[in-house]
Amino acid sequence: MELRVRALETVLVEKGYVDPKALDILIETYEHKVGPRNGARVVAKAWSDPAYRQWLLDDATAAIASLGYTGRQGEHMIALENTPAVHNMVVCTLCSCYPWPVLGLPPVWYKSAPYRSRAVIDPRGVLREFGFELPAEMEFRVWDSTAEIRYLVLPMRPPGTDGLSEDDLAELVTRDSMIGTGLPKTPEPKRELT
Amino acid sequence: MNGAQDLGGMQAFGPIHPEDDVSLFHADWERRVLAMTLAMGATGKWNIDTSRAARESLPPAQYLSSSYYEIWFEGLKKLLLSTGLATAEEIEAGELKRAASPVPRVLMADQVPAALLRGGPADRPATAAARFEVGDIVQTRQMHPSTHTRLPRYCRGKRGRIIAAHGTHVFPDTNAIGLGEQPQWLYTVRFDAFELWGADTTAASVCVDCWESYLDYPNAGPD
Repeated sequence: MELRVRALETVLVEKGYVDPKALDILIETYEHKVGPRNGARVVAKAWSDPAYRQWLLDDATAAIASLGYTGRQGEHMIALENTPAVHNMVVCTLCSCYPWPVLGLPPVWYKSAPYRSRAVIDPRGVLREFGFELPAEMEFRVWDSTAEIRYLVLPMRPPGTDGLSEDDLAELVTRDSMIGTGLPKTPEPKRELT
Repeated sequence: MNGAQDLGGMQAFGPIHPEDDVSLFHADWERRVLAMTLAMGATGKWNIDTSRAARESLPPAQYLSSSYYEIWFEGLKKLLLSTGLATAEEIEAGELKRAASPVPRVLMADQVPAALLRGGPADRPATAAARFEVGDIVQTRQMHPSTHTRLPRYCRGKRGRIIAAHGTHVFPDTNAIGLGEQPQWLYTVRFDAFELWGADTTAASVCVDCWESYLDYPNAGPD
């Protein structure tokens, strides 16, 4: 593939369709600059600031943009609030739609057939494969990203985090907890199995 | 299109490997394919829906046995050929045989950050009143177009409830095949998981974004 891709790039550059320096900047941006730390800031702020939390649930696009996270693959955002009764999980069964400005590029498993095929029919089984089990009475709600709306899960604030700063809270927010395939870390990690 | 991209509800793909993502890329060529796809998208010769359609119309056996960026590579090649921007011979050899065709725009390095922050919103001013309201019970159409659509097979002909109306958005089914944006109202429909899968599910509900023409009121008749 290496050679075939290089051949293609040569053609596109020599024809003047792409600026090779633009390619480098695109890669640099998504490999190193934009990632799930952005989403973690959003979640931590929502945990700390009730007014922001409400804004995020009412108009996620604007609330997220206020922190500087906008643009490609995040033009229309919706935040999904996990509660003691409802657990949300996000998938794109048709391709790999994912909220780039807050989470970066999707991980390999998110784009792969096992996850895309099963999330909509067996989210509980999927979560188990990630090492988490939720109480039987909890409702699993799955969101299939078929349009240009992008979804960010707002996980529940872990217990024992009273008084933590936004920065410390952000450290507890994992990428997977914002997709719904995981839960945030707790200050003293302990997992509850049913 | 009932292609291999429409994976929802399929079985036997095996376990998910969450640990696989030590890196977003497995090889340097994957980075280049990502960047070339984004940069060529910015030329304006095609749109995101054309691009998705090019990838998902790969033969199913090829789609399912290709890695993610192999699919992107094949999709990009297909778009270059269909728009006449390059020939198969050129792409194979990495050498120009013909002069370049004009493209509307070229994304230059200094424009990248602003272009990414701007993105490409898909909403458009409404030109018609919404047919449905939040709370309405609707039924998705039974349909099997051989061209691009964003209504997955698992939720065709199914009843659900509108839980959100998002205004009018570009309609991928026409936008992908050169028939224009033809914006339509976009809704989120919540389907009871039992309606989709019977008892064979651990989900309570599945929410799917549906354009207005995917939806109808359920047929009147005995339930």
